[in-house]
Amino acid sequence: MSTFMPGRKQVEGSHAVAEAIALSRPQVISCYPITPQTHIVEGLSAMVKSGALSPCEFMNVESEFAALSALIGASAAGARTYTATSSQGLLFMAEAVYNASGLGLPIVMTIGNRAIGAPINIWNDHSDSMALRDSGWIQLHAESNQEALDLHIQAFKLAEQLSCPVMVCMDGFILTHAYEEVDMPSQEQVDAFLPPFVPQQVLDPSDPITIGAMVGPDAYMEVRYLLHHKHLQAVEVIENLRKEFKRHFGRDSGGLVSSYRADDAETLVLAMGSINGTIREAVDEMRDEGHRIGSVKLCSYRPFPLEALREALKGAKRVIILEKNLATGLGGILASNTRMALRGLNTPVNTIIAGLGGRPIPKKSVVRAFRQIETGEVEEPHFLDMNWPAIHEAINNRGLVKRRESEAQRVLRSVSGVEVAKPVR
Amino acid sequence: MSTNTQLPFAISLELDSSLANKTGSWRTKRPVYVDRIPPCNRACPAGENIQAWLYLAEEARYEEAWQALVEDNPFPAIHGRVCYHPCESGCNRTKLDEPVSIHAVERFLGDQAIKHGWLPKMKPATGKRVIVIGSGPTGLSCAYHCARLGHHVTIYDAGEKPGGMMRYGIPKYRLPREVLDAELDLLVRMGIRFVQSARIDDLAKLMETDRADAVFLACGAGLSKKIDIPNWHARHVIDAVKMLRDIESDSPPMLGRRVAVYGGGNTALDAARSALRLGAEEVVLVYRRDRKRMPAHSSEVIDAEEEGVKMKWLSTIADLQADPGRDTIRIEKMKLNAKGQPEPTGEYEELGADTVILAIGQEAETGFLRNMPGLQFDKDGSLLVDQQMMSGVAGVFAGGDMTPATRTVTNGVGNGKKAARCIDAFLAGGVYEKPYTLGSARGDDGVFDPKVKEIASFDRLNPWYYTDAPKHIQERLAGLRRLDGFAEIVSGLDETDAMHESRRCLSCGNCFECDNCYGVCPDNAVIKLGPGNRFEFNYEYCKGCGLCSVECPCGAIKMVEEKI
Amino acid sequence: MKSQRLKFYQTGTFTVGNRLLSDEMRSVQATVDRNNSLNSGHRACQGCGEALGARYAVDAVMRATNGQAIAVNATGCLEVFSTPFPESSWRLAWLHSLFGNAPAVAAGVSAAMRVRGKKVTVIGQGGDGGTVDIGFGCLSGMFERNDDVLYICYDNEAYMNTGVQRSGSTPPTAITATTQGVGEHPGQEFGGGKNAPRIAMAHGIPYVATASVADLRDLEEKVTTAVGIRGARYIHIHVPCPLGWGSDPALTIQIARAAVQSGLFPLYEARHGRLVKATKIRRKVPVTDYLQPQKRFAHLFGKTPNVAAIDRIQAIADANIEDYGLLDSHEDPPISLQI
Repeated sequence: MSTFMPGRKQVEGSHAVAEAIALSRPQVISCYPITPQTHIVEGLSAMVKSGALSPCEFMNVESEFAALSALIGASAAGARTYTATSSQGLLFMAEAVYNASGLGLPIVMTIGNRAIGAPINIWNDHSDSMALRDSGWIQLHAESNQEALDLHIQAFKLAEQLSCPVMVCMDGFILTHAYEEVDMPSQEQVDAFLPPFVPQQVLDPSDPITIGAMVGPDAYMEVRYLLHHKHLQAVEVIENLRKEFKRHFGRDSGGLVSSYRADDAETLVLAMGSINGTIREAVDEMRDEGHRIGSVKLCSYRPFPLEALREALKGAKRVIILEKNLATGLGGILASNTRMALRGLNTPVNTIIAGLGGRPIPKKSVVRAFRQIETGEVEEPHFLDMNWPAIHEAINNRGLVKRRESEAQRVLRSVSGVEVAKPVR
Repeated sequence: MSTNTQLPFAISLELDSSLANKTGSWRTKRPVYVDRIPPCNRACPAGENIQAWLYLAEEARYEEAWQALVEDNPFPAIHGRVCYHPCESGCNRTKLDEPVSIHAVERFLGDQAIKHGWLPKMKPATGKRVIVIGSGPTGLSCAYHCARLGHHVTIYDAGEKPGGMMRYGIPKYRLPREVLDAELDLLVRMGIRFVQSARIDDLAKLMETDRADAVFLACGAGLSKKIDIPNWHARHVIDAVKMLRDIESDSPPMLGRRVAVYGGGNTALDAARSALRLGAEEVVLVYRRDRKRMPAHSSEVIDAEEEGVKMKWLSTIADLQADPGRDTIRIEKMKLNAKGQPEPTGEYEELGADTVILAIGQEAETGFLRNMPGLQFDKDGSLLVDQQMMSGVAGVFAGGDMTPATRTVTNGVGNGKKAARCIDAFLAGGVYEKPYTLGSARGDDGVFDPKVKEIASFDRLNPWYYTDAPKHIQERLAGLRRLDGFAEIVSGLDETDAMHESRRCLSCGNCFECDNCYGVCPDNAVIKLGPGNRFEFNYEYCKGCGLCSVECPCGAIKMVEEKI
Repeated sequence: MKSQRLKFYQTGTFTVGNRLLSDEMRSVQATVDRNNSLNSGHRACQGCGEALGARYAVDAVMRATNGQAIAVNATGCLEVFSTPFPESSWRLAWLHSLFGNAPAVAAGVSAAMRVRGKKVTVIGQGGDGGTVDIGFGCLSGMFERNDDVLYICYDNEAYMNTGVQRSGSTPPTAITATTQGVGEHPGQEFGGGKNAPRIAMAHGIPYVATASVADLRDLEEKVTTAVGIRGARYIHIHVPCPLGWGSDPALTIQIARAAVQSGLFPLYEARHGRLVKATKIRRKVPVTDYLQPQKRFAHLFGKTPNVAAIDRIQAIADANIEDYGLLDSHEDPPISLQI
């Protein structure tokens, strides 16, 4: 019997997700606070503490590394498991991230996407989940709180079908802290969609097996391939779940890619997460001006749906990738991956690096960038709303400055024009 | 029900999958279970497998313990009393606290056998006939073992009753006669025929009339050695052997008030202690060497001193009349030369004595054999025999005190056993071979021969594992109370104490199933075979680390080089 | 299992078994049906103390839980030599995740068992590196939350799996691949290292004990006791490493015993942070009995023995004897030890 209130309601994104997690009946949840995911686990803690979510073990652990480690144990012992993290937290658990997928444990984890320090920064971009993009986890990106909610319910089913862990990525603050109206499913609906967890392997004293062997050169490649193969399977499963979800809940959520006004588009913009809303508005504005532009939202970053994406983009004369991360020394990560999807086609691909460390991405800037790209006036990659004077000064001053004033302080001074307190020697 | 039907490739593994990895191939040395010879067994003149019967006694399997014991010695009740137990001197436990009181357990088992009328196991009759001459310990032992091996045995003996020196030499206070009779009765119950008061003049004829296939001569050394001391008739001189025999025959000799006993052997001590019991007020033992060098067992000396026998070391009797007016003898002081031999000093003293008991050694009485062609004799009259204990005449064997030997009851029993085995082999047309030879105690030479046995010396043991357990003392009559008569001085152990004593045994060199090897093997390469069946190495997995060998308390595991 | 010392028997309870002991007086290791939790075919070195200690401990767990146990193993020798694909030596449900997270993984297994309504004992285990160094944060967290896990550390005093480097458990003067036997103070410095069981005690967890492969009965008794307690429990077992210590594989137990009998490795139990029992030294030996058979201490016994260092080590042993009341003359541990 449901303890939660189904139906449409206005809630914070984190609480919407917390409730969706609770409806998915996780048995072990681990928690370590890090902004901006913390409200999710706080919400779950309250539900476990009050008995609203039961049976469930809520573990307040001492680090993100322990948070995921505890779930590795719990999942291997046959429990449905969940945790959430962000940024530094994800990196701190990195070793365990690889381990969970290597062991094939269907853990579901929310990433409240956030930049990585230094410099320390609590605001949104995709650097954190991108850093772990090849960890073997499935990575799904939510555009809205409704989709975040829905993707979590799908994620458990996806993870457990494939015996592979899933990260549901939602933009920190932009989604986690945003109050939006969501349609909360009922417990009965979720139960009908998501069956109880039946592990593919389990620690069971009555059938004792060894999990986590040391594997040498003779079999390691095969083990890695089998994980790769799960991702290849996931491409199909994710689309099936999208359909199945729609049958159960009546709305379209998840899937690999979703297109917007793309049918006759000469320019297609590809992006992940919440920025797609802004992009759609930009598309509408530019359509009104006569541009043949559309957008494609990528929900499944891992597996990277090469075929589906190629299909979605192949009609365009130009593809723009707008992404919230930077592969230093290279450019856009998503753009690189997309070029792989488009290989053989002569479609030019432009990259817009935007929103790093939470920098706002106003529609105005986006539209301006799209126009510039259409007219071929921009560098590749294009850094949206970059303060180039500050950068130029920093570059020019490199090697001339005295040690005790850091580059950051100097840049800030030049940007703000305000003299900061000199460090004491 | 199995919950894991199909495991993920390589990451997850099945139960018992490591058994495919045969780590035995790593080995450069292999452990081997051995039975080393415990020092007690080695020291036992009767060849008893002491550790083996203590092992059974530890489990209160007394009849089996007795059966194991009488495979070597038919007289545990006697030996538990009269044997000087060299086994205990050799006992490794001495280096921890005190030796196991082996003789006390042996006596307990012997007494139990008497009480319950246990009979030894015997082989089926062979139809062969053996004659034994002499019913002393050697003859009886040979007869017993021949009978066990299935041969028909007749004993001929000159004495009125069987037992030889056990009856006519060892005083009752050391060996109660009902114990002696009870153990001799065992031989009667086994079907051995005793012919007492028999004088043999013509051995060849006897063999013919008895249709004997073999004969064993064990007539002992019943003749006291002769000695010439000036003024022989000045004192009442008594032969110790005769005195002990007369006591046994209820015609004890009259002694004076002050008695000097001349000699340093066990017979001298028996005579001295008997003299006290017969009423002598003062008994002095005169011996030409010192305490350390006397042949008598030290326990006898201590007992005698406790009872009041005085000792005069480094002394000989030079004259039986020191002064015609007084009852004194002249003693010459001796000194030991560099070789430890006594030399006269020319210094004299007087010793008050009205009676002198001579106990200066005995000789074999072999005169009745002189008419048998082919026999050879030593210059002291001992009969010469070969390695198989056979004399110059085929089928005529000899042993015990009538051949050159250490003259104790236990040596006699051991000698008789060996004779029986030689006779048995002879009757089967072969020669007796020892089942094993003793090898170097340090024989880690890479060659492992199970027929070569090592001594389980103390350095082979891991004494950490043994509990501290001082021995339980047998109760003894206080020294003065003993002199009231010929009552037995030392009482037996009750069952609790006997079990305690047997469980003090370290089981040197022989597995006692402590499970250490089974427990300490990091590779589970020791298979436990269950109670009484010990262990087996699983060489498929044994890496040859040697932990089992080091941690074996009793030194029953040997590491030998692997042939690679 | 009782631990009464039977004076009456040849060996009392010092040996693994004794055919004269009744069944309930025998050690788990003496039984034919022991689990052999660490099966034959594992690739531990000859005479490996850790392999032995692990089988002792886990078999005792399996006996005490009637087979209802799951083990979580940290990376390290024990993990590597027991589970190289395609061969596992573990005869119980067993999970290896990472080097530094075994306590957290075990806590997770325990949580899963609880939520799934299964009465299963969960043990975490690892070497000293995985426990007192890289896994220490997770271990402390597991202690602090009082997770229902019995954690067992097999302490061989260095990183053996990676080639004998110094750990937080390496004793003073010991030579390792990162504390070489050169310079003014060869080997590990005095004053380094941490006392993990004492830190465990400081968490106030229900049970902490030290044990040694040299005293099987004591070890089994402690494991059995620990299994009977709920919450976080810690057992620290001293396990010689012939490879890393440069000792004869056949002497593994002898050396472990010398550590205990010298006082260098005190055996004790603590409950809720309070020391409750110390195992008495039976035959006191000087620390040189422990040090000399090991090549990692060989520099102490060169042409000119390092008497000063040996004396300092002896002083450590003597202080342990005093602090933990290890000799018969000591009635109870002094109150100062209670935290």
